[in-house]
Amino acid sequence: MFFTNLILALVVLTNLKLLGSSRLGASIRVVAAQGVALGLLPILAHWPELSVHFGLLAAGTIAIKGVVFPWLLFRAIREAEIAREVEPYVGYAASLVTGAAALGAAFWLCTRLPVPEGLASPWLVPVSFFSIFAGLFLIVSRKRAVSQVLGFLVLENGIYTFGVGVAVRTPFLVEAGVLLDVFVAVFVMGITIFHINREFDHINTDRLSTLKD
Amino acid sequence: MNLTSFIPLLLALGLSPLLPGVINRTKAFFAGRRGPPLLQTYFDLWKLLQKGAVYSRTTTWLFRAGPIIGLAATLTAAMLMPLGNVPALIAFPADFLLFAGLLGVARFFIVVAALDTGSSFEGMGASREVFFSALAEPALLVALATLARQADMLSLSTLFGPVSGAHWLPAGPVLILVVIALMILLLAENARIPVDDPNTHLELTMIHEVMVLDHGGPDLAFVLYSSALKLWLFAALMVGMILPATGNSGLSLLLAVGGMLIVAVVVGVIESVMARLRLVIVPQLLVGAGALVAVAFLLSLV
Repeated sequence: MFFTNLILALVVLTNLKLLGSSRLGASIRVVAAQGVALGLLPILAHWPELSVHFGLLAAGTIAIKGVVFPWLLFRAIREAEIAREVEPYVGYAASLVTGAAALGAAFWLCTRLPVPEGLASPWLVPVSFFSIFAGLFLIVSRKRAVSQVLGFLVLENGIYTFGVGVAVRTPFLVEAGVLLDVFVAVFVMGITIFHINREFDHINTDRLSTLKD
Repeated sequence: MNLTSFIPLLLALGLSPLLPGVINRTKAFFAGRRGPPLLQTYFDLWKLLQKGAVYSRTTTWLFRAGPIIGLAATLTAAMLMPLGNVPALIAFPADFLLFAGLLGVARFFIVVAALDTGSSFEGMGASREVFFSALAEPALLVALATLARQADMLSLSTLFGPVSGAHWLPAGPVLILVVIALMILLLAENARIPVDDPNTHLELTMIHEVMVLDHGGPDLAFVLYSSALKLWLFAALMVGMILPATGNSGLSLLLAVGGMLIVAVVVGVIESVMARLRLVIVPQLLVGAGALVAVAFLLSLV
């Protein structure tokens, strides 16, 4: 209970840090830390009841979210030679306030939902909703493609938190499939970032609409 | 109310000027210097009280009232603050609102006195002080409300007992968030380094120091003493949360005073290893502290 809560609080804090930070390198590290923390979640959320299933899930999550994604994204920002998000649609202090409001909305939402009994922590569902909201907000409020990929990862982390905490008996194959999907998505996005950059000399996605002609 | 309730107040009155001394010694240790004596603030206060005050002809009674009302409000706030397991001199439900309000009154009069001088320099400091405190005060209130919610108590005197004892295990993450936010608030409210540099007298960097430039003699002594008391009060908030409550009053008071000195050392270490933030970054830091306590409050609701 204590460690589960600690991990969930860490997820909330990392989301807020992402909302309030402009440095892409630091943001990638924060998402990696969030991935590693979430990797430990399946083991801690079902604590005395251990199985190979949870062990494999934890190992796979930590390997992909904590090592492979950061490596791919760092390579992407190195090749595109960028270090900062510039002029997001919503500023950083405003993003933080929006984040706090989104957390409040997530908690309110969960009082209205039929949340199953006997969860590892009462924070599981609200925090997973908050991650989804924060991820969506990052995607719509940032211009850099890398920030949007990070938003996508946070969104996926929210769905993962929900899945691990609430749906105890998800087949291993489904979870592995989801992980693989995300991996392919990030891989493709990494390549796309490189190509956008080579075409336009920057990776601000607001200029992509000129392509349609 | 019994006589032991005077002890926290007397300790605050007597020992609060020690905290800046400890901070300065810690900073000197990190810089490889010997540093000023631990009791330097006491010497300064004594020296200033011997002197007369000079008042500009352009100032009104507001300028003279500022330091006095500031000290009076801070002293009243000190009466509300318990230490160890000894309750405060004055305790009633929701007295933490009065605590935050009194600190606000003290700040208001210092700011008004600074504006009364008519100096553009002091007006700039007053503007910064008010801007930053507008961000810091809601965070302080929400932090105190979170503690009240955790302890299910509404008075500062009864709030810390339940919080520091049994709550750390189940509610650990909430309390850790509140402690971190309180540390940021302590640094911001007391004009310490990531927000303000208490040593510089450069106009670009100052917030608190610039507002009291025109005070001299006993007035400056009052200002110095009330800022030392304010540091003591914020440190007491943190110590009350972190230190476990013990049944023995003497032991818990001794532990609490030790905890205060440790907080002062931590502030000294932070000042030694960190640079001052740019002014445009400070609001982000304070909004961040506000977000932390908002998260803690929401988590404590479930």
